[in-house]
Amino acid sequence: MKFGILVNEGPYNHQASDSAYQFAKAALEKGHEIFRVFFYYDGVLNATRFSEPPTDDRNVIKNWQKLAEQYSVDLVVCVAAGLRRGIVEDSLAPGFRISGLGQLIEAGIQADRLVAFGD
Amino acid sequence: MEEEDFAGGVVKKFMYVNRKAPYGTIYALEVLEMVLISAAFDQDVHLAFLDDGVYQIKKGHNPSGLGMKNFSPTYRALEGYDIEKLYVEKESLEERGLTEADLVVPVEVLSRADMAALMAEMDVVLSA
Repeated sequence: MKFGILVNEGPYNHQASDSAYQFAKAALEKGHEIFRVFFYYDGVLNATRFSEPPTDDRNVIKNWQKLAEQYSVDLVVCVAAGLRRGIVEDSLAPGFRISGLGQLIEAGIQADRLVAFGD
Repeated sequence: MEEEDFAGGVVKKFMYVNRKAPYGTIYALEVLEMVLISAAFDQDVHLAFLDDGVYQIKKGHNPSGLGMKNFSPTYRALEGYDIEKLYVEKESLEERGLTEADLVVPVEVLSRADMAALMAEMDVVLSA
């Protein structure tokens, strides 16, 4: 199956990003396709390159990056939501790209299922 | 338009489910931004208002004391984007002592059961 994933909450404060990551990883390992992961609302904060969690904690941002490297997953951050929250090209972690909300609508159209993570 | 190329002639039923009060969190405002963008894609767009989400389209917002912009006029502008399928859950209105006359836009009022049935027909449901 071809999945689109929407992450609506930031890292650490909320489990949404962890759950989305676990879901994406499991789907890819089972041979499914992830058309795109789109980050919206505070979800854009998952793309910051300035996050440095304690070493005994999981690194939410690096988890996404590693998944993107291994499976060429398209990680897209909403430009408008990002601008509000200080996520711009200069603050972007490797593996993420910034684009418009049209990329989310496209994921809704192209994917068999769009799965949203958040409240 | 680039946006239209994305769709490739596919029209899906999108539903934006609004469950939260208009101010206090940013969800209502940023959902509206999603809705406006999706208008460019010629998709079959539906908006649902339930729980405290019904307050998003209540008349008489005045959030100036919060330092926030009143974005409720945007709901009235949706018609200009051919977004006219607005649904409100009957129980949510009643629980809050509201009626259709309290709302800034024309809507179709559905029972909770009918709203669930409508959601089940959708291809993409985005809730906030």
